[in-house]
Amino acid sequence: MDLADLYRDVILDHNRSPRNFQRLDNATHRAQGFNPLCGDKLTVYLKMDGDTVADVAFEGSGCAISVASSSLMTEAVKGKSEKQARALFANMHDLLSGSEDQAPQSLGKLAALGGVRQYPSRVKCASLAWHALLAALDDQQEPARTE
Amino acid sequence: MSVPQQQRGTGQLDAARLRQDFPALQQQIHGKALVYLDSAASAQRPAAVLDAMDHYYRHDHANVHRGVHTLSQRATERYENARQKICRYINAGSTAEIIFTRGTTEAINLVAQSLGRNSFGPGDEILITRMEHHSNIVPWQLLCQQTGATLRVAPIDHHGQLKMDELRALINEQTRLVAVGHISNALGTINPVKDIVEAAHAVNAVVLVDGAQAMPHMSVDVRALDCDFYAFSGHKMFGPTGIGVLYGREALLEQMPPWQGGGEMIREVTMEHSSFADLPAKFEAGTPAIAEAVGLGAAIDYLAEIGPETIAAYEAELLSYATARLGEIEGLEIVGDAEHKASVISFTLAGAHPHDIGTIVDNEGVAIRTGHHCAMPVMDFFNVPATARASMALYNTTADIDALVDALKKVREVLC
Repeated sequence: MDLADLYRDVILDHNRSPRNFQRLDNATHRAQGFNPLCGDKLTVYLKMDGDTVADVAFEGSGCAISVASSSLMTEAVKGKSEKQARALFANMHDLLSGSEDQAPQSLGKLAALGGVRQYPSRVKCASLAWHALLAALDDQQEPARTE
Repeated sequence: MSVPQQQRGTGQLDAARLRQDFPALQQQIHGKALVYLDSAASAQRPAAVLDAMDHYYRHDHANVHRGVHTLSQRATERYENARQKICRYINAGSTAEIIFTRGTTEAINLVAQSLGRNSFGPGDEILITRMEHHSNIVPWQLLCQQTGATLRVAPIDHHGQLKMDELRALINEQTRLVAVGHISNALGTINPVKDIVEAAHAVNAVVLVDGAQAMPHMSVDVRALDCDFYAFSGHKMFGPTGIGVLYGREALLEQMPPWQGGGEMIREVTMEHSSFADLPAKFEAGTPAIAEAVGLGAAIDYLAEIGPETIAAYEAELLSYATARLGEIEGLEIVGDAEHKASVISFTLAGAHPHDIGTIVDNEGVAIRTGHHCAMPVMDFFNVPATARASMALYNTTADIDALVDALKKVREVLC
């Protein structure tokens, strides 16, 4: 297996300097993601303006895949409608679970996360932020899990 | 003239030769020779263990303690023979004190439920330590919920050692049981079990020792330790999964009621009443893991032939080599540097999460454990979500450590 397929440059970049990596004090929605397998915890904050994700941020600690996925997620959903954000979740789910052979073109940078498919033990690292996003949109009280 | 035989425990250990005894270690992972440094999670098995189980299934299998036919007698003999080997290896008083269980976890639950649930109550205290494995925490939490007893926790210091003064201060007239790991799986710390037993016995509390990590690394003498219970697992000491042992002081086991009912553990059953078998059968309801017991017996033979003192001396050298070599890596911090330590090294690496470390070194053929090691309170104490852990056994060499160091340098190249 080629490690470079997992640790692509865009992932390493987002791990070293995660975007939107902060607490959002005026968040309208927030949710926690918890991976009991590794103990990783993160919080996703959303500020909704009507139907639009006006701002989004995250906090927490995790592996390179988890941090990069969170960072890429915040970039991808900022400015999108709720419906578009949910559609992205579905696309990411397909990408990470390997039900699509090729990443949809619409995923752009997010397609870099597709490398985890070859590393089954790491898929949950990539999906945690997305589950937390969904939980935040749903105003879920319990921490989101990847199961 | 006879050739002088190598005395038990006085020989030099040749890890490179011993490694040849382990079929699973003779393979490549991702095109590189496997370097197995995860024995604290589960060790590999020598061919002698695999052969003993295979031979048992091919030639000797029937149910034990049942039939008068030849196979049943052979199976019973093999099963009881394994019990005798274990009894001798840990210097128990008699085979009545050796109860086969599914593993350490079941052994601890047996004591919690049979002894604790039937005699502990509000006001009673159970003392454990901050460095316990979840399997030596959760059974006591459940027991406290069931009986109203109180769980106390002895603290540790930043070297990963028990604060013995505080532990002693926590032992009082209310203390009924002290449960402590012989060696910490997450930190490698070897605990002063004998001192803890003395302090507990002074107030008539019983002591259970979780010996899962100690058995593959050092000589264990339950009578010298003077502990009341000693629990361990087959798979961490080069034996099979699904088998473990509870050693218990005979007088205590005699007083304890059965905790599971079924075949094997009875003397006579009527529709109104049952009477129970003598020790150790009283605690072995149902058909036991016979082949696994046979395999564990073979693992004991393997360890005894090398000698636990020889293993401990070799691993102490390997640990100090590994500690020094890992120290060369920029940003690497070892978690737990107790004065008395077994060959387990937990560490963190600046800029690299343990899961990334685990994936990248695996790509180099190196197997280590990453995560919380079923010791979340320990991770919490050191304020880390997880660590990477290299755990060594009698088949590891300095070349394995060198491979780990090279792989960790690769981690820094990729991530930092």
